[in-house]
Amino acid sequence: MNGSKLLMAERTYQHFAAQMLVLSSVILGLVPLIWFAISRGGLSAFRLDAGVWDVLAFTLEQAFLSTVLSVVPGLFIARAMARQNFPGHTWLLRLFAVPTALPAIVVVLALTSIYGNKHLLGGWIELYGWGGILLAHVFFNLPLAVRLFYEASEQIAPENFRLSAQLSFTDKEVFWHVEWPVLRNIVPRVSALIFLLCAASFVIVLTLGGPTATTLEVAIYQSLRLDFDIGRALTLGFIQIVLCFVLVALSGRVMLQSVTHAGNQLFQRRFDGQGSVSRFIDLTMIVFGALVVLPPLFALVSSGFMQLQISPQVLSASGFSLGIGFVSACLDLILAWNTAQQTDWFSQGIALSALIVPPAVMATGWFILLQPFSDSLIMVIASIIALNALMALPFVVSILAPAFERRRKKHDRLCAQLALSGWQKLRNIDLPLMWRPLVQSFLLGFILSIGDLTAITLLGNQGVVTLPSLIQIQMGHYRGSDAAGTALLLAILSLVCAWAAQRFGDQYDPD
Amino acid sequence: MKKILLSATMLLALGAVAQAKDILTVYTYESFVGDYGPGAKIKAKFEETCDCEVKWVSLGDGVAVLNRLKLEGKDTKADVVLGLDTNLTAEAHDLGVFGKHGVDVSRAKVPGGWTDSEFLPYDYGHFAFVYNTELIKKPPNSLEELVNGDPKQKIALEDPRSSTPGLGFLLWMKTVYGDQAAEKWKVLKNRVLITAPGWNEAYALFTKGEVSMVFSYVTSPAYHMIEEKTDKYQAANFVEGHYLQIEVAGLIEASPHKALAQKFMDFILTPGFQDNIPTINWMMPASATTAPLPAEFDKLVKPAKTLLYSPQEVNAHRREWINEWFKAVNG
Amino acid sequence: MILIENALFKKKKFSLYIDLHIKSENFVAVLGASGAGKSTLLSIIAGFEDLERGKLCLDGAEMQNIPPAKRPVSMIFQDNNVFPHLNVWDNVALGISPSLKLNEAQKAQVDGALVRVGLSQYAARKPGNISGGERQRVALARVLVRKRKILLLDEPFAALDPGLRHDMLDLVSDLRREHALTVLMVTHQPGEALRAADEIIFVADGKVREPITSKTFFSMHDDGAIDSYLGKTR
Repeated sequence: MNGSKLLMAERTYQHFAAQMLVLSSVILGLVPLIWFAISRGGLSAFRLDAGVWDVLAFTLEQAFLSTVLSVVPGLFIARAMARQNFPGHTWLLRLFAVPTALPAIVVVLALTSIYGNKHLLGGWIELYGWGGILLAHVFFNLPLAVRLFYEASEQIAPENFRLSAQLSFTDKEVFWHVEWPVLRNIVPRVSALIFLLCAASFVIVLTLGGPTATTLEVAIYQSLRLDFDIGRALTLGFIQIVLCFVLVALSGRVMLQSVTHAGNQLFQRRFDGQGSVSRFIDLTMIVFGALVVLPPLFALVSSGFMQLQISPQVLSASGFSLGIGFVSACLDLILAWNTAQQTDWFSQGIALSALIVPPAVMATGWFILLQPFSDSLIMVIASIIALNALMALPFVVSILAPAFERRRKKHDRLCAQLALSGWQKLRNIDLPLMWRPLVQSFLLGFILSIGDLTAITLLGNQGVVTLPSLIQIQMGHYRGSDAAGTALLLAILSLVCAWAAQRFGDQYDPD
Repeated sequence: MKKILLSATMLLALGAVAQAKDILTVYTYESFVGDYGPGAKIKAKFEETCDCEVKWVSLGDGVAVLNRLKLEGKDTKADVVLGLDTNLTAEAHDLGVFGKHGVDVSRAKVPGGWTDSEFLPYDYGHFAFVYNTELIKKPPNSLEELVNGDPKQKIALEDPRSSTPGLGFLLWMKTVYGDQAAEKWKVLKNRVLITAPGWNEAYALFTKGEVSMVFSYVTSPAYHMIEEKTDKYQAANFVEGHYLQIEVAGLIEASPHKALAQKFMDFILTPGFQDNIPTINWMMPASATTAPLPAEFDKLVKPAKTLLYSPQEVNAHRREWINEWFKAVNG
Repeated sequence: MILIENALFKKKKFSLYIDLHIKSENFVAVLGASGAGKSTLLSIIAGFEDLERGKLCLDGAEMQNIPPAKRPVSMIFQDNNVFPHLNVWDNVALGISPSLKLNEAQKAQVDGALVRVGLSQYAARKPGNISGGERQRVALARVLVRKRKILLLDEPFAALDPGLRHDMLDLVSDLRREHALTVLMVTHQPGEALRAADEIIFVADGKVREPITSKTFFSMHDDGAIDSYLGKTR
């Protein structure tokens, strides 16, 4: 066992550098703001009013429910997808990548086309209120959970399924002995991510929930924007930070030492879930997932299909979106490569930091810092990319971490023995072995960034218009139908990326 | 090949000229520039009159522009700021960065007249409820009727904490009802289906048919009549009068291009600027345009009375009034 | 007894033709280059892969549509033969009851099997805390309690030191004799084949060849595929 310490030491320098980079960019967002607040109002700037606790309670309640409704069905849909093969399987999985790229208002409008007044399923769900908030959050996060869990279950050693087939395990035994030991490491992580996403939800909560539904994020936005009360924004930000660290620490406690073993180069084939009852349950789960995700996507197609146009501004927005998405996904891979390999709670916290510290707070701090360069287009784009990369980092890490764990168990000793390191190791060991999770995590980072509206709104100026911000601009000029076309284009782009990532990711597939 | 070389040389020459020109940096909100906004045309028109280049720096909205100025303080890179409204000018004044605009304010044709020597209006618009004529046959003719209307007929508002029109409606309620505003909010609450974070979201849900009425501008129907050739959406005329939004520009006192900035301020109330307001920014021009407004503008609601708080009053009470609203709708 | 007649396996671009007869209680080594289809052959017998056409009989019974658990077969892989969250004793007991509900007699069987493979003192340990060789012994103990007549080994000792590998090989040979097992073992070590196997099957060019005795195999001349596999120069 003392070998592992030596193995760790080999990469500590790089890891440390990456962690410090992430941490310092977060701190660089906070410190100027603190200084700004103190220089204007002294320590009395940091204060709280009684209403905050209601806001906090609502935030937690809403995020908790949204998370449970996304993670639990997500787990079983992913399992059903993993063990059943059916026509359209890969396309369904690809379509599940699309919601992640969509701006919240696009989703709200799509949901109203299905569940709104005078529509297909109008009145089935109380769209304006709890029902709508949960529905929209589940639409965003259920498919995300399915994809993350599906990716994790692909990491299960194929021998385990063969062995359980030979030992005549029931489906329940396969779940507890084979799937759960792997999934229980990722479930707390995915839950924490989704919880934080829902806690930070803004447009959905306000549009569908009204002023009664005020989350911490709304309160932060209000103090930062309308009241320009940086002290209050920071105080609220600190509450969120404390909350998140508690969450991360809790999920870290649940996260046990990973038990995955290195897999042989076998094709993963499932022998469980073939009974008619299991098939029926799986099918029901899959149909449920499809019913949550597909109708709003269909509404998106039907409202945007006739409006799909390739004008110069759509082209330039696509170019900005794809470019920003590509660079920030690359940045994510580099950062995640160096932060995903450690499993202690501190590293976990660092990987989550962009979700923990409200992006609005971070962006304002960066602005103060970069003010001398604020008229440089390069700096504007660079800071948008950096904020995007930080916001997507937790998701990228959550895909890469289990894959790293698996690789570490399998090859690190051997590599140490052969003195294989650096570029050689990357090319000969890491890339072939990690190819699929790398491509998948790149895709997720990419899709999160091309759909981002936060960074572009907070930091953008000088005509940097991405597809999501073009949608906003078109809506702001009464051109709702043009916006529908742009939204469809964004969905199509993310679907094409999901398709490409899957084709690309399978290139190194053993077998 | 020769042609390409020639045009390349020309481009280089042009570039060199551009380098030598003075650059006027104008902060404004996002929708003023871009392919749908009046920014590009105004820039071209102004550059005809000077050997200079206008550089737009676009930020989310008027509030974002003000916040940028608060962050930058005296170091701001702006020469001119365009896109604040009268709800923000008191705070903007307190920053101490704006100088006198030096323009004859009698040229500004805004309801209620104009006297401010620091900020200059470039357009205005009365707020109004826009309704779907297919869903509402008899629109409310007063704020009182709106408040007490059929709770089954739903309306969409904007959140005053995150949206300029949202704040506008809050102030409208306050001017009409004063101390009773909270009571009225409690009644109105039953009709409000959506309180969106911004005008974009509220208006999109309205045109989707989710609600029959939305809080917007008197000028909104002009867009639908001119661009979409439909009378489907109309604004309701309220007897109590309509709250007014006036959008203003100001020049930065410490600007190194002060003469140019001054020239731009002079330009604002000329037709070269104003021609681009009605059918591009969809607001009312603050001064004469070259041609009369399109006939559709005659069909718009003409508020009997204009309601407006002074910037100082808004600045003094905004937070308190928002809290009052928040308590009322959460009660 | 393993009988495969005129069988064809296909997956994507890979295909394997099999026509094979292995007598009961024989120890047969499967040799061939990487990717030739050695593991595939074992997977077909175990029921993890399906044949495109042809017949597969194990101990006289036709195996078409028989699920892996119902076949008279136990298989040990190169790795991942144990479930890391269960202790050694439970891992063996899984061979009797997947729900781990055992009666006294069955518990005794598990204890006996652990004694036989020399792991009785490790019964309560988790697989993470024993060596790779010991983990393969756990798998062997499970084979013992399952009492299936055919044992398939897919490079089971490839990751072990040479000395340990020989010990394990001898243990398998002994178990085969004690329990009258038919053993089919994929290996990359011709030495292992020579030491333990009665016969050798060679897989090359999409075809599984008939078993021949190991002596014949190593003295064969002028077979291009075998020569290049063994690194002989003509």
